Amino acid sequence: MFAYYLDLALHSLKRNKILTALMVVAIAVGIGASMTTFTVLHVLSGDPLPGKSGKLYYPQIDPQDARGMMPGTLPPEQVTLIDGMNLLRAKRADRQALMFGGAVPIRPDSSALDPFYVEARYTSADFFAMFDAPFLYGHGWTGADDEARARDVVITRKLDDKLFNGADSVGHTMQIGGNTFRIVGVLDDWRPNPHFYDLNTGSYNYFEQVFLPLQTALELHFEHNGSNDCWGNGTGGAGGIYPSASCVWLQFWVELDNPAKAAAYQQFLVHYSEEQKALGRFQRAPNVRLDNLMQWLDYNGVVPSDVRLQAWLAFGFLLVCMLNTVGLMLAKFLRRSGELSVRRALGASRRALFAQLLTESGVIGIAGGAGGLLLALLGLWMVRHRPSDYAALAHLDPAMLLVTFALALGASLLAGMLPAWRACNVAPALQLKSN
Amino acid sequence: MDILPILATLRRHKIIIWLLMLEIALSCAIVCNGVYLIVQRIHRMEMPSGLAEHELVQIQQAPITLPPDRYARAKEDLAALQQIPGVEAVGMTNQVPFGGSSSNGNVMLGPTQPHPTLNAATYFSENLLPAFGLRLVSGRALGSDDYVNADTVLKSLADGSGKGFPMPTIISQALATRLWPQQNPLGKLLWLAPKANFRVVGVVATLARANAYHTATAQYSMIIPLHMGADKDQSYLIRTRPDERQRVLAAAAAVLKRADPARVITHARTYDEIRSDYFQDDRAMAGMLVSVIVAVLLVTGLGIVGLASFWVAQRRKQIGIRRALGATRSDILHYFQTENFLIVTFGIVLGMALAYGLSLWLMAHYELPRLPLSYLPAGAIALWLIGQMAVLGPALRAAAVPPVVATRSV
Repeated sequence: MFAYYLDLALHSLKRNKILTALMVVAIAVGIGASMTTFTVLHVLSGDPLPGKSGKLYYPQIDPQDARGMMPGTLPPEQVTLIDGMNLLRAKRADRQALMFGGAVPIRPDSSALDPFYVEARYTSADFFAMFDAPFLYGHGWTGADDEARARDVVITRKLDDKLFNGADSVGHTMQIGGNTFRIVGVLDDWRPNPHFYDLNTGSYNYFEQVFLPLQTALELHFEHNGSNDCWGNGTGGAGGIYPSASCVWLQFWVELDNPAKAAAYQQFLVHYSEEQKALGRFQRAPNVRLDNLMQWLDYNGVVPSDVRLQAWLAFGFLLVCMLNTVGLMLAKFLRRSGELSVRRALGASRRALFAQLLTESGVIGIAGGAGGLLLALLGLWMVRHRPSDYAALAHLDPAMLLVTFALALGASLLAGMLPAWRACNVAPALQLKSN
Repeated sequence: MDILPILATLRRHKIIIWLLMLEIALSCAIVCNGVYLIVQRIHRMEMPSGLAEHELVQIQQAPITLPPDRYARAKEDLAALQQIPGVEAVGMTNQVPFGGSSSNGNVMLGPTQPHPTLNAATYFSENLLPAFGLRLVSGRALGSDDYVNADTVLKSLADGSGKGFPMPTIISQALATRLWPQQNPLGKLLWLAPKANFRVVGVVATLARANAYHTATAQYSMIIPLHMGADKDQSYLIRTRPDERQRVLAAAAAVLKRADPARVITHARTYDEIRSDYFQDDRAMAGMLVSVIVAVLLVTGLGIVGLASFWVAQRRKQIGIRRALGATRSDILHYFQTENFLIVTFGIVLGMALAYGLSLWLMAHYELPRLPLSYLPAGAIALWLIGQMAVLGPALRAAAVPPVVATRSV
């Protein structure tokens, strides 16, 4: 039966080529625009560490002076060096990492390469295990190396390719800012997007190539890149001079395996704040937050608002296209009242007619979906060639591919439903008589 | 033209008419708000910087090993750059307008004020006025006696002595007007920290901040005379003739490399490139809005063509009868044109309400100002025109129906 309906549908569509093309193109353009923007939105609001993100938390405490305090004020978005080190050494979470970002000069051994700068992350030992960073060779450094200010470094595969032609470089040394470091590990391709653990560097497509112990970086005065917030007479520092004690400029992350531990950790942060207040370091009442990774991304609004706006715009456009298609189908189906009445008079049930007409709109939907897919691929290609930092991420994934077809088919069936229902309700006798 | 018979006909096609009206209403709402968004983006892209933009190049370097004295190194670099033929002025700064990476301070009007009055860009810089090409509207420029090394200031703040303050500063006109409306800002004091106060010695007409998120606060800037020393966060700024920019950039890179071979040139670009980079997302958004508006109008127009064609085909017989009863071709033409005008008008009325609603929603979610009412008639005219253009073809075909059709049975 379906084959017969399909045959009828194709026959009917062929009779009105321009109109069919108009409906297919309207759906294709609407779907193409929506899928392009939805895919960008989907990619940008994705989970950078699926499966792990629920266990990662970003503690916030409030070390600011009492001046300008207002109820409901949110705590600063980073920590001071003192608090960071205190929380790190307290080891109250399953894992914890303190960090800040910078850029370091590298002088390659080979004279064929000019010296160059790469982005660097100065952090503590748990960083790699916490964030599931995959090692190609070797491993991270240990907590003891942190305290010993070891000249250990983990580099990425990209840098390893550049400096050692991709060979296992573990155990080799390299020159960073005039100091000799020993390579202890090489990370395989690892590109968490957004760059969740430090959003001050730009949220997307920012990748460090060098990771080394925080205390080593502090000792060698490696430069700090990122934002700092100061109060009182605090100053943000410059070059190798770090922000002063009354500035927040480091990021601190903890891993907590279950919600009970998270609740306990939040309690610990309150206790810590009270203790610091008793010591006279903090002046404000405990003001803490403990967001998990996805909450933290949401709190920071990492997805550019333009991207959301574009998705809404494309959705509005899809609505216009849909209304257009519904209108055209309605006109078309009603025009065929005569033909449908004959089929009814010959014994076809309403349900049969409905199925026939829906098949026809389904065919339009599939054709529109295919066209929409091509347009979405074209649209994403165009997005990738834009200079935005997230541009390179715009790729259609299998899930969105499926959504494209589901949306196109669903949209056209929905668009066909009303016209089909109307057309089926034509009284056969009346229609035949009037003809 | 008698409207009542048309309205009577429309009542017989309620669903289709409603669909068409909804489509037109939605298009109208999207077009009105879309055009407004485009205008906003264009305004943003035209935001003034206060600089002699086409005469400016920026060069940034980073040392591989830190120089023994970064202040001395910066002084040498500036002197060397000044020697390049064609260079009109050389300056140094920690940020440039629309450069992205910014340095800002919370401004207070007293040392113990509980909440800062506002946030302003802090340009730590040397020789900025001639290098940027800023226009001084009152007071004086900064002289060589005004400058101190960054270390000295950091130390004075760290030990809380406040030695060396108040320092002189030059502020933008927008900041002066906001802080001291109707008053002479020269000689006034402002604070960036309880121990860090500054005396206004000059006012420049315009100086935008590096990260100009909001138009209202984009011009709050102050210039502080600090030697920052050569490091990778500082920029050298060179002013030259527009047609000399590329040559001067190449020469500057060579000069800096010669002074210290162990360094990397990280940025060498014209100011035009800086502006273009900063506003790239706005440009992309404006482009996308234009395409969506064109596509919406096109789809709506084609939809009208499709529906009108159907009606004409459906009513061939009635048209023939009207013609046989004495209606002229132009009567038929006008009938379809009026019908379209009515439908589009209903759609537009609905669309105005929708456009306004959409504007309220955008205001709530995207910090946009309210849609000015003047955009509504513009959207209406666009849709009327599209409607009339779309219906013209089918209406002409209808007018061409010969009266003899009335006598044919099917």
